[in-house]
Amino acid sequence: MIFRNVRHLRSLTAILVMLLSVASLAHAQSTREAIKSVLPRVVKIFGAGGIKNLESYGSGFLVSADGHIVTVWSHVLDADTVTVVLDDGRHYQAELVGAEPSLELAVLKIDAQDLPYFDLNQLSEAGPGTRVLAFSNVFEVAVGDEPVSVVHGVVAAIDDLSARSGRYDVTYSGPVYVVDAVTNNSGAAGGVLTTREGGLLGMIGRQLQNTQSNTWLNYAMPISELATTIREIQTGDFSRNHDDESTEIVDNFDAIDFGIVLVPDVVERTPAYVDAVLDGSPAKSEGLQPDDLIVFANNRLVHSCQAFEEELGRLQPADDLIVVVRRGGTLLTIPLTAPRAIPQR
Amino acid sequence: MASPSNILRWLFCATVSLGFSADAHAVDPLVIEAEQTRIETIQRISAPTVAIFDDEGTNGGSGVLIRPDGLAVTNFHVVSDLGPFMKCGLNDGNVYEAVIVGIDPTGDVALVQLLGRDDFPVAELGDSDTTRIGDWVYVVGNPFLLATDFTPTVTYGIVSGVHRYQYPSGTILEYTDCLQVDASINPGNSGGPLFNEQGQLIGINGRASFEKRGRVNIGAGYAISINQIKNFLDHLQSGRIVDHATLGATVRSQSDGAVVVDQILPQSEAYRRGLRQGDEIVSFAGRPIRSVNQFKNILGIYPDGWKRPLVYRRDGEKHEVMVRLRPLHSRSELMPKRAQLAPPPRQKPDDPEEDDSEHPPTPEIPSGHPMAHLFKQPRIPEEYADLYEARDGYANYRFNLVARDRIVDEISRLGEFPDGAWKITGTSASGESFELNLNDEVAALTLGAESFLQNVDEPFRDEPPGTGGLLAAMHHLRQMLIAPEDRFTEFYYLGSEPLEGDGETVEVLIATRGSMTSRWYFRQSDGAFIGYDTEIEPDADPCELRIMNWKTIEGRTFPAEIAVRHAGEDLGKWSIDGLTFREANR
Repeated sequence: MIFRNVRHLRSLTAILVMLLSVASLAHAQSTREAIKSVLPRVVKIFGAGGIKNLESYGSGFLVSADGHIVTVWSHVLDADTVTVVLDDGRHYQAELVGAEPSLELAVLKIDAQDLPYFDLNQLSEAGPGTRVLAFSNVFEVAVGDEPVSVVHGVVAAIDDLSARSGRYDVTYSGPVYVVDAVTNNSGAAGGVLTTREGGLLGMIGRQLQNTQSNTWLNYAMPISELATTIREIQTGDFSRNHDDESTEIVDNFDAIDFGIVLVPDVVERTPAYVDAVLDGSPAKSEGLQPDDLIVFANNRLVHSCQAFEEELGRLQPADDLIVVVRRGGTLLTIPLTAPRAIPQR
Repeated sequence: MASPSNILRWLFCATVSLGFSADAHAVDPLVIEAEQTRIETIQRISAPTVAIFDDEGTNGGSGVLIRPDGLAVTNFHVVSDLGPFMKCGLNDGNVYEAVIVGIDPTGDVALVQLLGRDDFPVAELGDSDTTRIGDWVYVVGNPFLLATDFTPTVTYGIVSGVHRYQYPSGTILEYTDCLQVDASINPGNSGGPLFNEQGQLIGINGRASFEKRGRVNIGAGYAISINQIKNFLDHLQSGRIVDHATLGATVRSQSDGAVVVDQILPQSEAYRRGLRQGDEIVSFAGRPIRSVNQFKNILGIYPDGWKRPLVYRRDGEKHEVMVRLRPLHSRSELMPKRAQLAPPPRQKPDDPEEDDSEHPPTPEIPSGHPMAHLFKQPRIPEEYADLYEARDGYANYRFNLVARDRIVDEISRLGEFPDGAWKITGTSASGESFELNLNDEVAALTLGAESFLQNVDEPFRDEPPGTGGLLAAMHHLRQMLIAPEDRFTEFYYLGSEPLEGDGETVEVLIATRGSMTSRWYFRQSDGAFIGYDTEIEPDADPCELRIMNWKTIEGRTFPAEIAVRHAGEDLGKWSIDGLTFREANR
C-alpha cells in the first residue's frame, strides 16, 4: 500500500511538473506575444535637433485608434514638421494637440485610423521586483519599417524623482519607476515601460542625472500620473495647453529694484558682474560692491546676467533673495528682500 | 457514496496540496530544472569560447571555435593589430598558438586557426534567421580582458532587434542584418560568441553603442549574424582579404515607399540583365524590399561574386533575373590601413563627466586594452613558420595554396594531359559535326561548313559569335588540364557559392590570363568538377559550360557532353566523341 502511494505520488508530481511546464511555456510564449503586441503601439518620432548632444529623434506611443500619440515634451517637438513613423514604415506629419511641461508630457496626433493602441482605461501597476520590458527608438537604431528596440529589466524602486538635466532641475518631481536596465538613452524618451505581459506601466522620460549623485537615471513616469492629463488633452478639456503656459514670462522684479546695476549684457552669457550699487539701496546697506560676481541666487547657479534677471523675475513681493557673490578669492553671502510691491513699468 | 479508491484519491490531493503549502519555501522544481539547464548550457558554450591576446597579453578580444581542428571566428578589428600569430586561451586553462587564416575588413570578421590539437571543443552553429525579438541570449567572452585564467565572462539578456543596419563608423566596416541585444557587450567582448537559449551560435559580438556614460555597455550591443558568416566561411578559408558586394546600382526610397534604382553601372550584370534607372526593386535574394536600409542589409551579407535573384517592376510588369554581384571595393581599398582601422582612442570607462558624444552616437568597436595601439614586430613561432605566407591581397597565402592544391588534386585525377596539339571531335548543339583544334598558338573550330579561329596571342573574341567565347573557354580548359599553376597569371581558390545562385554549393577556383578569367566549379559535397564560366574580358557576359557527362578516352577522363549557356540563354549541348593529341611542335 505504501509502495503504491509513493508511486501515485510520483506520477502526481510528474503530472504537476508537466502542468507547470506548460504554464511556464505559456509564460514564455506570452512574453513573446506581449512584445509582438506592444511593438506596433510604439512609434519613432523625428523632429528638431541633430546638433551636438541634442538628438533629433525620439519615441512615442499610440493611445487611440485614430492616431493620438503620447511622448515627452522635448526639443524634438520644436520643429516645423514632426514626423511619426509607425512600425510598418508608414510616415505621418504629426500635429501637437497639447502639452503639460510640468509632467514632461506632450500629445501628438496623426491622421490615421484603425491603429493598435494602449487603452488608458486599462492601466497596469507594478511594485519593486516586477520584471519589465522597455520599448524605445534608442539611438535611432530603428528606422523605416523596423520595430523599435526592446530591453528587459526589473523595477528596482518606486520613488519621487529628484533629478536635473544639465544645470536645470527637472519640473516633474512625482513618483517614478526606477529600473535596473539602461532604459533612458538618447531617443528613448517617450518610449514605454511595460510588464512582461505587455501591460502599460509608464513612459520612459528624458535622460536625467540624479541631483545628489550625478548618476544617470533609468526611470519611467507611471502612466497613472499621466493618464488624466493625457485624456484631457485628447478631449480638448485641458486648460493649460503649452502655448499659454510656455509663452507666459514672469518678470516681477529687475536688478535695479534691489539697487543693483549689472554690467551691460552684451553677449549670450555675460557673467553677472555688478557694475554699480545705488546709494541708499538695500544692496548697498548689505555691503554689495561693484565688481562683485553674482554666482548664486537662492541656491541656484547664476551663469549669466540673464539668468540672474530671470531669477529676480520669478520672485514674489517680499520674497527673500539670498545672493552669493565672489569678491577676490572669497564667496560672500548677501541677504536681500524683494520689494513689497511689483513696480509698475 | 464514494468508493474507497475515490476517497484515497481525494486524500492524496489533500496531502499533496498540504505538502506544497506547508513547504512554502521549497523551490519550484521547474526553477531548479531551468537553473540546471542554464548551468549546463553555460558549461557547454564556455568551452569553445576563446580569449585572444597578443604576446604581452595586453591587447586582444574574444573568439569562438567552430571546427575541432582549431578553426575559430573572431572580429577583424580584434586581430588587425596582432600580426600573423597570436595567443589563444581556453577555459581548460591552456594557451594555444594561433595563426591568422582570412579576413573580411568590411564585415569585421576574421578566421584564425588554433594550433596543437585536432579535438578542440566547438560551438554548434545555429540559424540566426530564426532568432526573434525577445529571445534569451548569452554573450560569452573576455570583456575588459578580465579572464586571466581564460574562464570567460557570461552575460545574459534578450534580443532587442533583428535585421538591424549599422552605418559604417568612419571606416569601410559596416554591420548589416545584425542582431541587437541588451546582454552586456563591453570592450574585449569583440569577436566573441552570441548564443541562443539552446546554446547554438547565432552571432559574433562586435559593436556596442557607447555614449555619455563612458565605454561601458548601455543596453545596446550588436552581433554579426552567423548566417552572414556562414556565407563567407569558405571565402575566409581561402586566406584572402575577402570583399563584400554591390549590385552595381544605387537605390532610393520614393515618397510612396517604393525603392527604385537611382543610378546603375552599365558594366554591371544587373544592367545587362535589363535593370534600368527608375525600376522598382520588388525583392532581392528572396526577401521583399521596403526600404533602402533593408536593401543594404540584404546586400551586406553576401560575398562579392555570388549570384542572387532580383525581382524588379517596370510599367507594372515584374521581371525576375539572376545577377552576379560585383566587388564593393577595389583591391587597394581593402588593403589594411592600420591607422584607419585601429580602434578609436580609448576613454576612461568610468568617467561620469564625459559628455562629448555626438548624436546619434556611432556605435564604437569595443576592443581590448588601452595599449592596443602599440605596435610590435610580427612574431613568427619557429615550429609553425610554414603555416604563414605573406602576399598582397591575402591575410595568409598559405591557406589559399592548401585549398587550391586540394582541388587541383581533383583535376589531376582526370589524367595526364599532354601540352601538344589537341583535336576534339563531336556533334554541336545544332547537330552538326565539329572539329576543334587547340594548341599553344590557336584555337580553331570547324563546324559544318563554317570555321572560327582565335589566335591565343590576340585579345579573345566572342567566337563563335553569340557564345560569349566558346573557343576562349575551350582554350582555358586545355590550359587548366595541362598545368594550371604554370599557365595562368593568377590562379587561386576563391571560396564557395550556390551554383547559378540557387543551386548546390560549389567551391570555386579563379584562373586569369591577360584580360580573360574563368571561374571553375567543384561540387562541395564530393569535389566533382562540374563546369566553368569564361569571360573574355572583365564585365563581359561569360560563356558558361556545364559538364553533363564524362567519358574515358585513352585512360583520361574527359567531358562527353557539355551544356553551353550565354547571357541567360541556353545554347544547347555539345557532345564529344574523340580527343587526340599530337606532339608539341617546338
